[in-house]
Amino acid sequence: MFPFCFEWVWDMGHYVFHGGLWYALTVIGLGMTYCVIKAVVDTVQGKGGGHHH
Amino acid sequence: MDSALIPEGVKRCALWKFLLGLAVVGGVLVWGIIAMLLCWIKGLNQTNMNDYYGFALWIWADLAVIALGGGAFFSGLLKYVFGKDDLKNIINYAVLIGFICYSSALLILAIDVGQPLRSWFIFWHANVHSMLTEVAFCLSCYFAVLTIEYIPLILENRQIDKVPFFHNLGHNMHSTMAIFAATGAFLSFFHQGSLGGVAGVLFGRPFAYRESILNTIWPYTFFLFTWSAAAYGPSFTLFITWLTEKITRKKLVKNNTIYLLAKISGWMILTYIIAKSADTLYWVYQTAPAKGFNWDFFFQNNALYGKWILFVEIIVCGFVPGLLLVFKSSRENSFLRVAATFLGIIGVSLNRWVMVLQTMAAPVMPFDTWQLYIPSWQEVATTILPVAYGVILIMISYRYLPIFPQERELNPVEGADPDHAHAAAPHIGHEATVA
Repeated sequence: MFPFCFEWVWDMGHYVFHGGLWYALTVIGLGMTYCVIKAVVDTVQGKGGGHHH
Repeated sequence: MDSALIPEGVKRCALWKFLLGLAVVGGVLVWGIIAMLLCWIKGLNQTNMNDYYGFALWIWADLAVIALGGGAFFSGLLKYVFGKDDLKNIINYAVLIGFICYSSALLILAIDVGQPLRSWFIFWHANVHSMLTEVAFCLSCYFAVLTIEYIPLILENRQIDKVPFFHNLGHNMHSTMAIFAATGAFLSFFHQGSLGGVAGVLFGRPFAYRESILNTIWPYTFFLFTWSAAAYGPSFTLFITWLTEKITRKKLVKNNTIYLLAKISGWMILTYIIAKSADTLYWVYQTAPAKGFNWDFFFQNNALYGKWILFVEIIVCGFVPGLLLVFKSSRENSFLRVAATFLGIIGVSLNRWVMVLQTMAAPVMPFDTWQLYIPSWQEVATTILPVAYGVILIMISYRYLPIFPQERELNPVEGADPDHAHAAAPHIGHEATVA
């Protein structure tokens, strides 16, 4: 649920529950985005080519 | 084709044996899937749930696997926050077991909601006064974290690792895993606790009800559930590791790692069971009488739930395994250690059974009687389904992924190229991270 939904209420319950949810999703999303982008950059730069670490 | 996927320097059974094993377990899996489809197509009338039992066998199984999967978050916490580096040799397996447990829990919930197409309602139309909303949020997010922790293991597969992009992706995921681990620990604390909170806030059911700590919204069961998952989860990891070693007839993890995790689990179990005993005594002398009940009312006049259940949960499956794992002599005795971990698994599963099903069974109104629950075959099949799924995932992961970093060293294969010794195991710092 987002604040622009009709069911949203600006109270502590919504802050805590949805704040926690969005925090977790943001960390997971940004973390994975960083990993994928860096992997693309590393690959373009020729790192990790056909060897074991 | 098959041999090219197996990690270098380790030995696996013949392909036909592996496929035969998959087929046998797959038969059980198909049985569970048929029952699952029946529940989805025909509805929850396939179960024996009724007005007394809105929670039934599934929810017990759900809570049990979540507690048993707690080894993943707690082992990760110990390794990455408290610096117990020896645990790197078992942490991959803890991740895999955690992944299986949590995906099973979500699968069970997907069946339990009856209409899985509406499962997104809990996120969009969230009831922010419900412990179960917190559970749903944290469980879903933590499963995402566990998936992120499992992916690098898959990317370590001998053939996948040859692809530069996947190699780099796995490397980068390892590098940033601490962030995911911290998020996972946060999520685990709250969803394990909220599952206990669900029972503890039932003020209309004095058997489960507990007072809140410091007048917050969290009853004591909130903390006891988190504590017990951290205590018994590692025992489950140890037991499954022992079972895997017996089935594969190989030593897969060195004893120092096993002893360390067993010792930690033992102390956690012992401290937890002391807290649980104090909580039970407080309930006996304060909570239940304040609600108008003698505590033994909840353990009589029915065919199943007697006082024996308290004795088994707290003494036999609490103090006994705790003490066995705490003392060095019994911890380092293979039979006693495995027995202790097994008792621990029974203990935490029994605790979840009591908090879900005995809570539902006990009468709360003067005209009520005990209502015992007999699950339908569809419920039994869908409860066994995750076990079959877990066995299959372990079989495939063990065969094709370097789950055990010490396997090659502990089980040298004649003729293996020593120059590729590292290929069978993840590098230090590249083991999967868990939280």
